[in-house]
Amino acid sequence: MSGLTEIQSIPAQEYRKLGFEKERLVWMLRKMIEIRLFEEKVEELYLMRGLITGPAHLYFGEEAVAVGVTSALDSNDYIISGHRGHGHALAKEIPAKLIMAELFGKSTGTCKGLGGSMHVGIWLEKNSLFASAIVGSGIPIASGVGLALKYKKSDRVVAVFFGDGAANTGAFHEGINLAAIWKLPVIFVCENNKYAIGMKVENAVATNSIAVRATSYGIHGISVDGNDPVAVHEATKQAIEIARSGGGPTLVECETYRQKGHGVYDKALYRPKEEVEEWLKKDPIVNFEKKLTTSQIVSEEEVDKLRTEILSGIDEAVKFAQESSVLPFEELEKLVYA
Amino acid sequence: MREITYAEAIREALREEMIKDPNVVLMGEDIAAYGGAFKITDGFLKEFGLERVRDTPISEAAIVGAAVGASLMGLRPVAEIMYMDFLPICLEQICNQAAKMRFMSGGQLKVPIVIRTQYSLGRAHGAQHSQYIPSWLLQVAGVKVALPSTPYDAKGLLKTAMRDGNPVLYIESSILYRVKGPVPEDEYTVPFGKTDVKREGSDVTVVAISRMVRETIVAAEMLKEQGIDAEVLDPRTIQPLDIETIVNSVKKTGRLAIAEDDSKTGGVGAEIAASIAERAIDYLDAPIVRIAAPDIPIPFSPSLEQEYMPNKEKIVEAVKSLLK
Repeated sequence: MSGLTEIQSIPAQEYRKLGFEKERLVWMLRKMIEIRLFEEKVEELYLMRGLITGPAHLYFGEEAVAVGVTSALDSNDYIISGHRGHGHALAKEIPAKLIMAELFGKSTGTCKGLGGSMHVGIWLEKNSLFASAIVGSGIPIASGVGLALKYKKSDRVVAVFFGDGAANTGAFHEGINLAAIWKLPVIFVCENNKYAIGMKVENAVATNSIAVRATSYGIHGISVDGNDPVAVHEATKQAIEIARSGGGPTLVECETYRQKGHGVYDKALYRPKEEVEEWLKKDPIVNFEKKLTTSQIVSEEEVDKLRTEILSGIDEAVKFAQESSVLPFEELEKLVYA
Repeated sequence: MREITYAEAIREALREEMIKDPNVVLMGEDIAAYGGAFKITDGFLKEFGLERVRDTPISEAAIVGAAVGASLMGLRPVAEIMYMDFLPICLEQICNQAAKMRFMSGGQLKVPIVIRTQYSLGRAHGAQHSQYIPSWLLQVAGVKVALPSTPYDAKGLLKTAMRDGNPVLYIESSILYRVKGPVPEDEYTVPFGKTDVKREGSDVTVVAISRMVRETIVAAEMLKEQGIDAEVLDPRTIQPLDIETIVNSVKKTGRLAIAEDDSKTGGVGAEIAASIAERAIDYLDAPIVRIAAPDIPIPFSPSLEQEYMPNKEKIVEAVKSLLK
């Protein structure tokens, strides 16, 4: 199936009609807050306390994408993440302490401390298959996962996350085309956060849409408000239905914004102040929280309680990471080959 | 024992493993309807069907990338990269993804893929369709590299590659496709990391790889007529590389020549020479000599290409210089 659809922000009055119950909406809010508070902690540990080093590409402002997509997936569906992957990992329910320990380079981390920030999302127990630190390279790999799912006649799907920058790689073209001709159950989730490091998307893409590229591959494209988790959930749901009915892949472009720099060290002074202010008004968590409280789906007290619980969980994660040990160097050689 | 060609040996290994293991799938350019650029997989489409024998678009990065992704899910894909010259287009997926996945996932991931490719040096294919670049992979931990020189090794090494749990680059020499040799009908495999003694000798050790093994065996016969007894060793895999057998041979002969199609600078032979210098320099009665390609692109003109290529005459000349 091919064509283009657009999904805008969904008002709270429609939640019931669309089948969103309190439990799911609260899960979404909780996960988004968890990602935000986790990233705030990482920033603090990195910049103020010097406890984390290496690259750390934070997910501030994009929380609704990871949460909306994973909300629509079943727990036994697969994801592939990328270099900005802390949010994907948390949204796929990988325990925060394992992610934090990985950032600390400890043996208790998801990758035993051998992967680091850009690979924290590799955790097979949660079907979080892989995270590539090379921009775009996860895309053909996801097509291969889709190929295996189709070959095994599984009804599972795989969603791969990448940014607007990756949409200009050859891997994007080759990977999506392969999934399209073979009708593979893959959901290509483009997080258009408007910047590839310092390169504005307008300067890197001559059209005003990445989703529109779907039509040239003969697949369905969806452009969605990437700051609304419910809208992203709906978009993903459509893509899953297409995949499960044998219709092949979908390209979902999530319009969002990277609220901070490329990495934790980047002050992002290349962005116009007005642009940043405009997008901060569209903050996904502030807006979703407001929607849920004003429509009395949750109370402010409940949200406060959520925050307190999450914060204590993150503190525990830091403690766990700090107290964990580093893998002995002699172990490394054993992990090169199976 | 029956004799079959190098090409038939490769074909048999693929076919037998496909019959045995339904998780084996093949993908590559023109491998199905066309039967493979070198007809290795001719008839496979009919026998195994579209799901297992997949023609791909001209998308080398996606061929290897998709093989990698499928392998994470338990398939055992064999990806074909038509010419070794096309390897650089997908080195990203081989070197950054496939090779490192197991390590950087802390041992969680397993990537059992085979990448089959061939080099066409000696067939007047020019600078972009003749290259031999296995040494590029030597610095990439996580990928194994096999280079069969005989039909026997071609079948046995490919079976080992297809049963291995790691990414394996399997490099064929297209000039060897029609060469016949003994291959048992019964099941066998050839282990990785075991240097094979192709000919025993006492005066000089000649390490040869891929196409050069055959040249070296002929050269050894020519040398014999001149009273020089050469031992010919074929490492068969350069990652893992069995240096031990080479060290022992050098300790016996006191002389080492290395024959390969690699460029001399930074080739596999350079690594072998360095290891022997580290391990057995006191046993050497002469300098180490390398018979390799010059550091220029491969010329098209057939006679120039022949001049460019290492061959038996160059081996004879080099070995004789060690015994002066």
